[in-house]
Amino acid sequence: MQRVSGLLSWTLSRVLWLSGLSEPGAARQPRIMEEKALEVYDLIRTIRDPEKPNTLEELEVVSESCVEVQEINEEEYLVIIRFTPTVPHCSLATLIVNKQINDKERVAAAMENPNLREIVEQCVLEPD
Amino acid sequence: MKDSLVLLGRVPAHPDSRCWFLAWNPAGTLLASCGGDRRIRIWGTEVDEEDEYECVSVLNSHTQDVKHVVWHPSQELLASASYDDTVKLYREEEDDWVCCATLEGHESTVWSLAFDPSGQRLASCSDDRTVRIWRQYLPGNEQGVACSGSDPSWKCICTLSGFHSRTIYDIAWCQLTGALATACGDDAIRVFQEDPNSDPQQPTFSLTAHLHQAHSQDVNCVAWNPKEPGLLASCSDDGEVAFWKYQRPEGL
Repeated sequence: MQRVSGLLSWTLSRVLWLSGLSEPGAARQPRIMEEKALEVYDLIRTIRDPEKPNTLEELEVVSESCVEVQEINEEEYLVIIRFTPTVPHCSLATLIVNKQINDKERVAAAMENPNLREIVEQCVLEPD
Repeated sequence: MKDSLVLLGRVPAHPDSRCWFLAWNPAGTLLASCGGDRRIRIWGTEVDEEDEYECVSVLNSHTQDVKHVVWHPSQELLASASYDDTVKLYREEEDDWVCCATLEGHESTVWSLAFDPSGQRLASCSDDRTVRIWRQYLPGNEQGVACSGSDPSWKCICTLSGFHSRTIYDIAWCQLTGALATACGDDAIRVFQEDPNSDPQQPTFSLTAHLHQAHSQDVNCVAWNPKEPGLLASCSDDGEVAFWKYQRPEGL
């Protein structure tokens, strides 16, 4: 559980930083938000699970509809990603993992574990 | 410069884990530390060994990380905030420390705590985006609040919700003016003050300052200067410390 939460949170922060989502002068139109949501989804769907040879998309951990982008104000966006852990029929697992991911102290602590960090790096590597 | 800060001692306080926070008691005789191992440790020195700190007590009540500890301004009472969504209070009993109250109500991690100048009230702030104010009721109190044995009860007398849009990481209660400042993950600093004619058992607080973009990232901590009223410092994930002057607005 802790590995998943660490993986996802660090990956997401890296992915979003790299993609530089802010665009000056973007008008407030619902359509642009959907396009941005798709952009985000495109970045995360190929992330691999640390324990299985599949991507998060293949495992249905993330899907197109799970990404939402809201414009807070000019050049500031809120990206919401909802994902489903691979534990079937367990909403409690989702709550537990989401709470861990949203705790920046715990994520920072987890990411300082070199083994965990290495795993995350591997999962985020672009396929050749 | 090398000798201007001299090491007195080191202790493995929270082995295999992180130590998140420290606080000296007002008398300066004890230090409380808390961490990711879910424990709080209280450190003190022997009477004749001033520079040697040893563990006086290990408090194991929380079921998750302990984020913050704070001492009562005048009583030998310690409060703690945890990832397990509760606030706990501890007092000394014989030679050990025991948990004398658990405050439930927050719906997510409690990040920080602050006592009011009198020590009768405690403010807590949480990942659930609310601030809660708790009041201490002693056994035999006029309001008829039930207490178990000789321990006081703590009741939530006010909840400030709808003001913060992200996690509230810190709260500070000014000992000079009674103003309550919050540090929030939405990059803003807010100040609340109790309404002048508010009922002590059901107080109301109004938002008297709201600074969007106080920092460019999460505000992690706010601290009121103990001597100069209205002087506030804040720090952020953006690596900056900022200094602010607060003045209660007219008519509020």
